[in-house]
Amino acid sequence: MNLHELSARQIAEQVGARKVSAEEVTNAFLARIAAWDPRVKAFLSVLKDTAVAQARAVDEQVRRGEKAGPLAGVPVAVKDNMCVRGTRTTCSSKILENFTANYDATVIAKLRAAGAVFIGKTNLDEFAMGSSTENSAFFTTRNPWNTDYIPGGSSGGSAAAVAARLAPLALGSDTGGSIRQPATCCGVVGMKPTYGLVSRFGLIAFASSLDQIGPFAWNIADAAALLGVIAGHDPHDSTSVNRSVPDYLPALTAGVKGLTAGLPEEYFRGGLDPEVERAVEESIRVLEKAGMRFEKISLPHTDAAVSVYYILAPSEASANLARFDGVRYGTRAPEATTLLEQYELSRARGFGPEVKRRIMLGTYALSSGYYDAYYLKAQKVRTLIKRDFDDAFQKVDLILTPTAPTPAFRIGERTDDPLRMYLSDIFTISCNLAGLPGLSMPCGFSSKGLPLGLQILGKPFGEEQVFSAAAAYEQATDWNRIPPEPSRG
Amino acid sequence: MALTEKDVKHVARLARLSLSDEERERLRGQLERILDYMKNLEKHATGDVPPTSHVAPLSNVWRPDEVRRWEDVESILANAPERENSYFKVKKVIEP
Repeated sequence: MNLHELSARQIAEQVGARKVSAEEVTNAFLARIAAWDPRVKAFLSVLKDTAVAQARAVDEQVRRGEKAGPLAGVPVAVKDNMCVRGTRTTCSSKILENFTANYDATVIAKLRAAGAVFIGKTNLDEFAMGSSTENSAFFTTRNPWNTDYIPGGSSGGSAAAVAARLAPLALGSDTGGSIRQPATCCGVVGMKPTYGLVSRFGLIAFASSLDQIGPFAWNIADAAALLGVIAGHDPHDSTSVNRSVPDYLPALTAGVKGLTAGLPEEYFRGGLDPEVERAVEESIRVLEKAGMRFEKISLPHTDAAVSVYYILAPSEASANLARFDGVRYGTRAPEATTLLEQYELSRARGFGPEVKRRIMLGTYALSSGYYDAYYLKAQKVRTLIKRDFDDAFQKVDLILTPTAPTPAFRIGERTDDPLRMYLSDIFTISCNLAGLPGLSMPCGFSSKGLPLGLQILGKPFGEEQVFSAAAAYEQATDWNRIPPEPSRG
Repeated sequence: MALTEKDVKHVARLARLSLSDEERERLRGQLERILDYMKNLEKHATGDVPPTSHVAPLSNVWRPDEVRRWEDVESILANAPERENSYFKVKKVIEP
């Protein structure tokens, strides 16, 4: 068996038992990146030297007879909006083109301690704003299943890297679907944890009340293992919740008997691609056979979610991105003659069109005279959306929906129409607004051979039930068995 | 929602963004369309509904106010667009 076909847990086990060295594993994935990434373009930077050094250190640790970490020698691809000490961290933005992180994000420190190897930094939509990676200031990542199509976004590089087996695991961040939607497009597993479960320290902020870091893997057990490593309270992030992290692995074999899932009628209405609808309906039958019960539910404020999100996220972003002023880091316009000009010209040059659009939208929504009508109104409707879920979870344990209304679209197809691009997030953003855990996993293919995705939402801190359902579905199907050969369709 | 060129100029100044005439006009049209879509919020009554700013089960989180030393100052200054010794260099802010 080729090393890149091993799961993350198999790699860690074999490295720990000295059946294979971490260095061999790292070299195998580096070779795979060299062969395939020119077509997929998942990586902004490949951390060849430091990865090999990290792998050797893990091997040395194992040789000395020390206990190997749960991810010993496992290569992990990291979305380039997370700080890895000593590496370039760009957010796919010109404004951070030459920025070198001088500390580790908490998730990175935890992964280091677990023996993981950082193989590279992956492409994203600039500052994680987008659904396709087309907003990257550097290049667009390709969907490994068909390189004419988008990989989804904003964590498109991480999703594509795992799909093409350029890394067994990857980290993404999800503000309105940025892990789950690309996971769907690329046919892999992606999970946004409950808000507060994973520390955001060292994640360059987009919208602080919505952002969460989460795992990508090509199977459920690996995703659960990665979440188990990165979850937990962090004094550096005051929104991280102080509660113990369960061992997620027993949940994988718990089955779904006794679990009830809700099917929100608002998610199965017009606008849903018929192939997506069929695949999700088939998934429901599979889970029913495994013993899960289903119930129709209603989330009556679903139609407001896109508006609420595209007011609140840009408002928070406009404040978070105020720090990019060309003083302490980032691009500075050399021709500026005053401090005000330095701000205005540096930001004009450093930010791309989508980031400018969202800063403008957010600044408008927060500005005097419009605050009540937009920002405050959106915060109130956010409460209504949250209550919809609270009510639904009185009756059901989980909620099942499609992850995206359509399969991946063609590169360039929606770039001229921002509103249409925003509407492609319709099934993923409510989960962030309500702070719930949400997982996307492959549930079939379109007639064009593009992956389709099933979304499983859980109660706050209900990750275990989400994993139980996902593992039961995975066991009954085989959508993740065959990786793509990245090529044109 | 009619958005004027003046509105866009005002917001761009608040956001410290210099925009070209062409950018301004394109953004005006796009923002107008997006804000128009957002009118769908009006159909949801929110009379006595409290706003949600975040959903974490947390109120104030305190920590001791302690000075901690950052040893590697050079790694911070290395990212500065312009520096002088251990300082970030900026345009003159206050006229003498």
